[in-house]
Amino acid sequence: MDIQTKIVETKIAEIVRQVSGKPIDPSPEESLFESGVLDSFTLADLVSALEKEFSLKIPDSDLSPRKFDSVARIQAYLQSRI
Amino acid sequence: MPYLRAFGSALPSRIVDNVELAPILGTDPAWLLHATGIEERRFAGPGETVATLGIAAAKDCLSAAGIGASDVGFVIVSSGSAEQRFPGPASSIAAAVGIAGKPAIDLPMASAGSLFGIALAAQLAPRYGHVLVVASEIMSRVVRMNPAGRDTAILFGDGAGACLVSNDTGFAEIVDSVLATDGDFAEALRLDFDAPIYMDGRSIILQASRKLPRAIGELLDRNHVKAGEIGTFLMHQANLNLMTRVAQALGVPGERFFANIARYGNTSSASLPIAAAEWWSKCEKPLGAPIVMAAFGAGLNWGALLARPS
Repeated sequence: MDIQTKIVETKIAEIVRQVSGKPIDPSPEESLFESGVLDSFTLADLVSALEKEFSLKIPDSDLSPRKFDSVARIQAYLQSRI
Repeated sequence: MPYLRAFGSALPSRIVDNVELAPILGTDPAWLLHATGIEERRFAGPGETVATLGIAAAKDCLSAAGIGASDVGFVIVSSGSAEQRFPGPASSIAAAVGIAGKPAIDLPMASAGSLFGIALAAQLAPRYGHVLVVASEIMSRVVRMNPAGRDTAILFGDGAGACLVSNDTGFAEIVDSVLATDGDFAEALRLDFDAPIYMDGRSIILQASRKLPRAIGELLDRNHVKAGEIGTFLMHQANLNLMTRVAQALGVPGERFFANIARYGNTSSASLPIAAAEWWSKCEKPLGAPIVMAAFGAGLNWGALLARPS
């Protein structure tokens, strides 16, 4: 893993902690829904926080919960956009 | 100019509280209340149908308006839970109410159907005069009423509401509306034939959390009205948390959003006029501030409507 990728992963994990309000350290592949870290409403907060942090506009058509189900999936989505 | 003239509603008499529902769904009443904010809901009885509830709501609305059935020029009925493919309940409701020889059409739209109906009625009123919009739903028969269907069955209730839109007079002038559809998520909330309702709750909440504030904001901006000037927001009663989120996004106190979901659950397209009827029966008259109606649901369909005191 290169440094840039690690930085993005760390930022995503920090955002997940902020929106969930839980002091967790999710593993990259861990399902954030199944583990109870995120729910329907904190998912919306997560998307807004990602837009702000990474200075991008996520279109509604990209808002499939599966794309944001884990740190690794969020990272993959962001890399496809950045 | 089209006006909101009156609202009406009809709720089944059978009240189902969480103590009764929880064991059927394999959960406990405290969890059910915590998860939904719903304390009780109404379930239709054996003799009740989408049409019979709609008829009662229509009569309640016309009585409140002081309008005879023969004066109604057009009928729109929204329902996502009608019992048969065709005809929909509109023609039966119109006939039973005594509205003869006038067009009566169905909007087979859950959730946002009543809002779309009222917005369409505003366009039709200049030609047809009094346009009666009815929304009627029996959701308790389209959910899986067992532990496997818990996550959706806990949300819904039955009921009907109605709204009369008139071209001559009313308590609030319908100024403008924003309606939209996004078919990319059509599969996220659907009721297939011979199957229970399917809902991808995460997708629905995620989309609603973004689309609804945007639609309301667009509506207010183009009419040069600030969210803080709105006296009451009347929303489809889908989820109390969603209403809170929308209020936060618009920067207005949550108390401005009328809510009765705790007593009726989510009655799909009927919830907006049911809530409006309850609000209207209690609100100050004449109105002191504009109102906004808004809804989001299957389709995905969503929108908002602005009305100003007459």
